[in-house]
Amino acid sequence: MSAAPRETASRKSAKRAKRDHSALGSRLVQAAFVLALLGLWYIGTTYGQISPILLPNPVRVYDELVDVLATLEFVSDLRVTLIELATAFSISATSGVLLGYLISRSQYSIRVFEPLFAGIYSVPIILFLPLYILFFGLGPASKIALGVSTSFFPIVLNTIAGFGYVERAYVLSARSMGASDYQLFRWVLLPAAFPIILTGLRIGFTVALLSILGSETIASLAGLGHRIVHLGEGMDMARMFAYIAFAVAIALTLNTVTSSLEARARRR
Amino acid sequence: MAANDLAIRVRNVSHQFGEEGSRQFVRAMLETSLDINRGELLCLIGPSGCGKSTLLNVIGGLLTPTSGQVLVGDTEVRGPLPHEIAYVFQENALFPWSTVLENVNLGMMFQGVPKTEREPRARKSLAAVGLSDFANHYPGQLSGGMRQRAALARALSLETGIILMDEPFGALDEQTRMVLGEDLSVLLSRTGKTIVFVTHSLGEAVFLADRVAVFSARPGTIKEVIEIDEPHPRKSGFMTSEKFTNLRNILFALLHEEIRKAMEQSTASERAAGGDGKA
Repeated sequence: MSAAPRETASRKSAKRAKRDHSALGSRLVQAAFVLALLGLWYIGTTYGQISPILLPNPVRVYDELVDVLATLEFVSDLRVTLIELATAFSISATSGVLLGYLISRSQYSIRVFEPLFAGIYSVPIILFLPLYILFFGLGPASKIALGVSTSFFPIVLNTIAGFGYVERAYVLSARSMGASDYQLFRWVLLPAAFPIILTGLRIGFTVALLSILGSETIASLAGLGHRIVHLGEGMDMARMFAYIAFAVAIALTLNTVTSSLEARARRR
Repeated sequence: MAANDLAIRVRNVSHQFGEEGSRQFVRAMLETSLDINRGELLCLIGPSGCGKSTLLNVIGGLLTPTSGQVLVGDTEVRGPLPHEIAYVFQENALFPWSTVLENVNLGMMFQGVPKTEREPRARKSLAAVGLSDFANHYPGQLSGGMRQRAALARALSLETGIILMDEPFGALDEQTRMVLGEDLSVLLSRTGKTIVFVTHSLGEAVFLADRVAVFSARPGTIKEVIEIDEPHPRKSGFMTSEKFTNLRNILFALLHEEIRKAMEQSTASERAAGGDGKA
């Protein structure tokens, strides 16, 4: 390699160093913001007149959280929620990508189904929860049904967009060089569509998690959402807050993992 | 001229888009015939929307004409002929998710070149266009001119007898296209390939071509073929010679009235249908 690529490489690493620096700065501000909120919470509940029924002291919440983790009490509820999430996401990812690909094969079916799915996607699907409970009962099945119906649409729509709007010049040039149908799919359509599908899968995963946790708080027999509501109804506020903190941590972890998976796959 | 000196024979090709009477209906080409000699560089020039690119796509087998036929050697064109014909498109035909080297290798894979032969052939054609140092760059990291060099390298690596170029420098600035034109003249004079080159630049046509086919306004057909009798590779001095200016003026005179006609057509059809014509 000559000097030119090396030069670009060093310039790139300099740029990256600069970006890391500013990223560190904004991380510090974010951390300070969260700490300030916690501080206000502590001062307000320790020295202020805030009822512990409305807002328990963070130290008590912390003690409860430690107890929840130490006794492994959370495991059974977490397992229910994660199984619901995994089942719902597997169903919507498989069917969404498959259907999206099939629809993208013809301009006619894109014209028919894309506006239809986009229309349904904009409906607040949580409204179907009472119906799903009637159909599937209070157990995990109704949560899975809701998770599937919220996450299917972003996945299928992004798959249609990914496969359906590949630059014509890519297809023409591949065909002119003799690409077979399989080669066209493997080396042109798939890499062109991949990043867009990945975004659809990440959005689908996030909305599935949101709707499953949410529906557990409305009507359920088990799961993290169920536990939180149950503790609230029993006025066990500190423990309820501990579970909320735990659920938030789980959601943050899962979303961070999917985002970084997406970013890594994109870089390739 | 004996038939085997002819690389491409275009016989009474007509093409229309859409059904007669429908709003999208455009008669792009009418009864076009043209013989292209082995090893020559032929430029197609004409007003925009006259069917130059349509003819190129018909020759390349990417478009089936409404009537007439095209013969490449003795084979009638019915679809892409990846072993005889390579393409260089205007832009955006490199795959942005692959490096320059991978792009060239993919082309050969599509064409059916055995795996072991691909790498050396790719390196050789990248060296020919001066991109050896950029083999591992992605198209997005290159300038427009370098991307077109890479597209040319991909076409060269396929080792076809014919290369079709559809306004390959159309999206580049004047200076870049001048330099690329000079390099192309040097590069192609050595290879003996048959080139069909669509352009709308008079200077580019005179500088590069052995013959220039001038298209009429829609429905396009070839109005006249001009010989450019100047040996390859052509030096930049040719561009400032009197001969160059004269030939350019002849082409300009031929084209001028066709361009007027084409403009009148498009304003008339816009007024009539509110739609636009297709190239």
